[in-house]
Amino acid sequence: MKRHLLEAADLDRDDATLVLDTAAQIEQALAGREVKKLPTLRGRTVVNLFYEDSTRTRISFELAAKRLSADVINFSAKGSSVSKGESLKDTALTLEAMGADGVVVRHSASGAPHRLANWVRGSVVNAGDGTHEHPTQALLDAYTIRHRLGRLDGVRVTIVGDVLHSRVARSNVVLLQTLGAEVTLVAPPTLLPVGVGSWPAEVGYDLDAVLPKSDVVMMLRVQGERMNASFFPSAREYSRRYGLDARRMAALPDDAIVMHPGPMNRGMEIAAEVADSVRSTIVEQVANGVSVRMAVLYLLLGGAAQ
Amino acid sequence: MTTHLIKGARPLGGDAVDILVEDGRIAAIGDSLAATGAEVVEAGGLIALPGLVDLHTHLREPGREDAETVETGSRAAALGGFTAVHAMANTDPVADTAGVVEQVWRLGQEAGLVDVVPVGAVTVGLKGERLAELGAMADSAARVRVFSDDGHCVSDPALMRRALEYVKAFDGVVAQHAEEPRLTVGAQMHEGDRSARLGLTGWPAAAEEAIIARDVLLAEHVGARLHLCHVSTAGSVEILRWAKSRGVQVTAEVTPHHLLLTDACAESYDPVFKVNPPLRTEADIEALRAGLADGTIDAVGTDHAPHAVEDKESEWAQARPGMLGLEQALSVVIETMVEPGRLDWAGVADRMSVRPAQIGRLAEHGRPIAPGEPANLVLLDPGTRATVDPAALASRSRNSPYAGRELPGRVVATFLRGIATVLDGKATR
Ligand SMILES: [Zn+2]
Repeated sequence: MKRHLLEAADLDRDDATLVLDTAAQIEQALAGREVKKLPTLRGRTVVNLFYEDSTRTRISFELAAKRLSADVINFSAKGSSVSKGESLKDTALTLEAMGADGVVVRHSASGAPHRLANWVRGSVVNAGDGTHEHPTQALLDAYTIRHRLGRLDGVRVTIVGDVLHSRVARSNVVLLQTLGAEVTLVAPPTLLPVGVGSWPAEVGYDLDAVLPKSDVVMMLRVQGERMNASFFPSAREYSRRYGLDARRMAALPDDAIVMHPGPMNRGMEIAAEVADSVRSTIVEQVANGVSVRMAVLYLLLGGAAQ
Repeated sequence: MTTHLIKGARPLGGDAVDILVEDGRIAAIGDSLAATGAEVVEAGGLIALPGLVDLHTHLREPGREDAETVETGSRAAALGGFTAVHAMANTDPVADTAGVVEQVWRLGQEAGLVDVVPVGAVTVGLKGERLAELGAMADSAARVRVFSDDGHCVSDPALMRRALEYVKAFDGVVAQHAEEPRLTVGAQMHEGDRSARLGLTGWPAAAEEAIIARDVLLAEHVGARLHLCHVSTAGSVEILRWAKSRGVQVTAEVTPHHLLLTDACAESYDPVFKVNPPLRTEADIEALRAGLADGTIDAVGTDHAPHAVEDKESEWAQARPGMLGLEQALSVVIETMVEPGRLDWAGVADRMSVRPAQIGRLAEHGRPIAPGEPANLVLLDPGTRATVDPAALASRSRNSPYAGRELPGRVVATFLRGIATVLDGKATR
């Protein structure tokens, strides 16, 4: 494993498989225990550096670090020096002085974790940067697929929605390809980046055509304000063409699953009866997120004391 | 005034000759010249070129003296072999009045290292709404001939048309920063495979090409001169070639960084590589080199853009666009054009001195190396290679995209009207 997890491409197939296997072992070790805690990272400090509000992701990482007995410091943009115009570099130097062994960073600017990695000695984990990547989300998605379908190799995954602005899509395309899955992206052409043709994925505009050939459908969140920039004419037209409703879900193969990284726009990209159906893995994804993030922190920080 | 006798220099790479410089002019050229009391400069086979002229320099004064001053920028220019630089108008206050352009011009005279030629803003405050007092700037002591809202595009087509027409009265030229603003909202880098992967908002080539196509048509329609700043795409070169074949009075510049660096640099997310227009692809570089070689692109313009550390040591999206260029421009041209055999020394003189001086209507620059001509000269050693160390630059800023890169060519001496501004590779003042 590399020292940092900045993007999905930092993991080769062995690394990625190791993370998933480790997550499974951790889950097993904790199953049925009253105290859900392992002593692995005792004495280590993990800083959650969140420049963007994301309670879900921050809590997931916080829980992961605490269950590994690490000391956790939450450094959120609101009410700290980072909101007072302190530069990323100055913040990095402060974290360095505190002796942070791991820095989990969420930032609205693509590449911010890469910059941070130049300035700190500890491991940097990208918890979502701009429209670039969100590698632990892809890992938990892969974990969820493997858990449900028993494999990743050859699994046909269709990712639907705002690929252009989605860090989840970027990480998933790379990681799923690394793990042997076949990815198809479906979106209105306005929400696919120029250059998507160079990605290791098929691209299509017609959701109905690919659903019968999908083992997994991953619905991306679509922000309503995108229609103000003419990415699509209206929420109604979007959901009619690209939303997953019960009728479309019926076109899926019998054992296919429906995923969503959350938070959902019910009625927009996903209908309530789909989100709440037995095919939906949305709640599982949240639970798996903690295990996978424990595995990542364990593998990055759990080696010989630095 | 000091008399210099330059021994054994090779004008435009030709045979070695002696050049006698007296009273700011070239007094004589010949073999074994002698002059009593002259300060002898042993050129020993160095290439002699007319002093370089930059059409596109950001000197940051007034307003951002922490990034660059007229004096530090002038020193960087002299060390790069320049004897004249056009100082862009996006200062604070904006150079949109006779008062500001005269202030910049005077600061340049005081520094005395290069001729600082102010560029006047096309529109008041660079806002793109109404014309600045272009005539007053033209008539001022600064004698402004080049007008530009650089940093911003004059995107309103009616306003652009009027600007092109209006400056004909004093033989001016509008230098357009071609960028359709509605196509580059939030843009961070060239739009293509790499921007898609890096999650950085794309700056499409079409945003530049659309404005260039529009403006060459406008320039043709009103019979005015148009200059295009920093063309960066293969498509722009094609449109230019077409426009020139129709006889449109259009000229264009390319920056050193667009001749050398690609959007692959953005993969580091190091904002030292963030620039506007952005670094493009290998195919664009090839088209730009070909365009500069065949003269479709008239000039090399540095777009020297100093920035303070805090404006660059940040997240990519937060950083300001721009990179240093004055001190490495000639080296980059040697690396990309001379060494591959695409330009000879006469070609370098043409693209870096003669044509930019003509575009800026600078009568005393870009002249032949001949008796009676102004002694604006640069002596360079093209063979020496050195690794660029930003800390060693004369610019007040350190945002060089060439840091750690080995480049050929060393400016040994620069003369501004017979006065040595650089000797032995060091600024004399
Ligand atoms: Zn510009």
